[in-house]
Amino acid sequence: MQFLSGISLGQFIPGDSLLHRLDPRCKIISTFLLITGLFMASKIPDLVLWGIFLLALPALSGISLKTILKSARPILFLVAITALLNLFWTPGRAVFQAGFLKVTEEGLMTAFEMGMRLFFLVVFASMLMMTTNPMAFSDGLERLLSPLSKIGFPSSEMAVMMTIALRFIPTLFEETDRILKAQLSRGADFESGGLLKRARSFIPVLIPLFILVFQRAENLAIAMESRCYVPGMARTRLNPLVWSGKETAAILGLLAFITAVVLLDRSYFLGFVAI
Amino acid sequence: MGKDPIFSLRGVEFAYPGASFYALRGVDLEVSEGEWVALVGANGSGKSTLAKICNALLIPAQGDCFVMGANTREEALIPDIRRNVSLVFQNPEDQIVASIVEEDVAFGPENLGLPSSEIKRRVDRALGLAGLLNERRKGSFSLSGGQKQRLALAGALALEPAALLLDESTSMLDPEGRLSFLSCLGSLKLSGMTIVQITHRMEEAIQSDRVVVIDAGRAVWDGSPGDFFDGAYRDWSFEEPPGVALYRELLGRGLLPGGTLPDVDSMLGALCL
Ligand SMILES: Nc1ncnc2c1ncn2[C@@H]1O[C@H](COP(=O)(O)OP(=O)(O)OP(=O)(O)O)[C@@H](O)[C@H]1O
Ligand SMILES: [Mg+2]
Repeated sequence: MQFLSGISLGQFIPGDSLLHRLDPRCKIISTFLLITGLFMASKIPDLVLWGIFLLALPALSGISLKTILKSARPILFLVAITALLNLFWTPGRAVFQAGFLKVTEEGLMTAFEMGMRLFFLVVFASMLMMTTNPMAFSDGLERLLSPLSKIGFPSSEMAVMMTIALRFIPTLFEETDRILKAQLSRGADFESGGLLKRARSFIPVLIPLFILVFQRAENLAIAMESRCYVPGMARTRLNPLVWSGKETAAILGLLAFITAVVLLDRSYFLGFVAI
Repeated sequence: MGKDPIFSLRGVEFAYPGASFYALRGVDLEVSEGEWVALVGANGSGKSTLAKICNALLIPAQGDCFVMGANTREEALIPDIRRNVSLVFQNPEDQIVASIVEEDVAFGPENLGLPSSEIKRRVDRALGLAGLLNERRKGSFSLSGGQKQRLALAGALALEPAALLLDESTSMLDPEGRLSFLSCLGSLKLSGMTIVQITHRMEEAIQSDRVVVIDAGRAVWDGSPGDFFDGAYRDWSFEEPPGVALYRELLGRGLLPGGTLPDVDSMLGALCL
């Protein structure tokens, strides 16, 4: 039994596409711009533009639309909850009523809208992770945060820490899977009983998992030390980051797109009010 | 030559914090440049501890450890010591830092603050030596166990050390993987690398220039592999490699000339006759 298969959480997919080759700093900034843009608009039509943008992603990243959409799977639950909350808690003209539950026209619109925005947010964020290798990602973040190191923020240590954390994800899954199987083979039961009982049955999995992971982290720290790592010391890079014309162009293009989206949203809003 | 030996340990004692006994109790050992030393001994005898002492990961409680003349007690010298001797541990998974093969190999040189052209040269060379050039863009964790072990070796080689300390670094390899790992070590040795190899495998010990037996925190025997397999190995219940057993059997039946075990090359020569 493969308990943890199918968990991808937007893991890096190696490739050589335009998006893969962009400087990670550019991609991190772009993701922030996209998310800001996504929540600056508030009406339905801009969602169409975001949809078109999403459809362009496979061509830009070399990753199939199916894989891109799948990256949102782990949070579909959250999307559903958000949509439901908006569905029932938005005041307005009732379309349907059962007891105290009232679905309004506005509620329907907001539920769809918020659900979609959250969905786009996750897809864009995982696009960043899928096209940026973890090392480059932490390098990018380190460089973006490096002005903060002047006021004592350990941006370089943070970058190494993040690299390690990302590198530990497969280990974590592997070890959990192994312990689960070991417990299963000794007759452990993770599937029957109520929520509490099931939660309790995971304790014998979590304890060895923590011990193992701490041990391995300790071993890794020793290995890093023996490979001349000294926390806080200046490091150089095999692939130094380069910000070229295409990064500037990408940012400008994105800004233009977001401006268009926001303008459309505003003008639609105005038109709506006029009627 | 008037040169400092690579390792020079004098009366090294060491106890882990909180432990009630000494893991090392007075080790004297000298390893000169270009030697290939096999460090053998039972579980818990202190081999890994010794390797960490030699890499300045642990500092002796008593006695001194000099690496190319530098005392590991002097903190300012530790970066140079680690640059000069690289340690490869048993479990390669515990040594992988980065998720991409070439970036993992680059981790050491990056810590040295080298320019990227130099890092690239070292990564290319180390990957070539470890036979991983075709895997350079792959995910570190997608490699097979043997490849991961070679990745750990490449990461150590990228520091371009004068000496390699290998702590049971072949334990995860299949016979074929072990052979290619050993032949890689063989060519490194030819290029002048000093190798200290901790191993439980006698067929690896027999390929070295010198065998050192560690028992209960002491270096209790030191000599050539020929002498070791000629009898010394029995004192610590080591297993006799099949090749040696065969040679001894043939000697006993009078099918081979001579009475004692020669070195590997002459043994091979004799067996092929
Ligand atoms: N981190 C530690 N803390 C406390 N004691 C330790 C630690 N590491 C090792 N020891 C103890 O020190 C002694 C020597 O251990 P060491 O790992 O050096 O042995 P070894 O010769 O490498 O054994 P093996 O062949 O099993 O790898 C053992 O008794 C061990 O239990
Ligand atoms: Mg050991």
